[in-house]
Amino acid sequence: MTFRKYLVLAGVAVFSSAGDSLLARGMKDLGNVSLHHLSSLIFAIIDPWVASGILLLLAFFASYMAALSWADLTYVLPASSLGYVLVALVARFGFHEMIPPARWVGIALITAGVGFVAAGPSLTHRKHSDLPRRDAISPEASS
Amino acid sequence: MKELYTWAAIGLIIGASTTGDVLLSHAMKRVGDVGELWKRHGLFSVIGRVLATPTFFLGLVAMAVAFYSLLFALSWGDLSLVVPASASLTFVANAFAARIFLHERVGKRRLLAALLVAGGVALMAI
Repeated sequence: MTFRKYLVLAGVAVFSSAGDSLLARGMKDLGNVSLHHLSSLIFAIIDPWVASGILLLLAFFASYMAALSWADLTYVLPASSLGYVLVALVARFGFHEMIPPARWVGIALITAGVGFVAAGPSLTHRKHSDLPRRDAISPEASS
Repeated sequence: MKELYTWAAIGLIIGASTTGDVLLSHAMKRVGDVGELWKRHGLFSVIGRVLATPTFFLGLVAMAVAFYSLLFALSWGDLSLVVPASASLTFVANAFAARIFLHERVGKRRLLAALLVAGGVALMAI
């Protein structure tokens, strides 16, 4: 794993959580969406909070696709959960919010889970038919 | 009724995002390391390769379904329930889907990691 690849994984974690938070803020402005007025979901993207959330989720998507090109899905996904830990730490030490004990346990579990995966190879076995095209560059076997 | 809508949307998020993750992962493995491709052939070559992969578009459709399910769920349920519940269950679903459809080696280490992360994300909602 190179520094650039760790940066991509950090992008996956940060953009995902920030995007979700902005979307949630925007959808609360819009109120409950009825099954009879699903079209209002289409117009939800005009809301500035929702639009900002979508921009961050696009950045998440780019980082996510890049990470999936050189690492397993089961390696990349736990990295995105680190965003929850980052948000909780910013809330505690940046905004001095109280974090309940159960949430600290959650932080410990996520960190342990990510640590378990990160200690192993980023890419495992693939079938021959799944290999990249002849002129494509092969990802690292492991790092 | 509010809870029913919320959990139905959460179920749809899990199904659609797992399908999307598997399809996108398959597509990007066929494309190859985008960092290396970018360095050697340029950004447009990378974009061209991605757009020429059919599973990429199917993955996008599944992700779009997951995204609108998320908006629907967030309009009915709390962020502290919707995101952790859908995310934690998606981790577990993805571990099995990656093993079955992508032939990834999901050994004890990765399965344990998926369960730890899923449990941790669920606890973060409390």
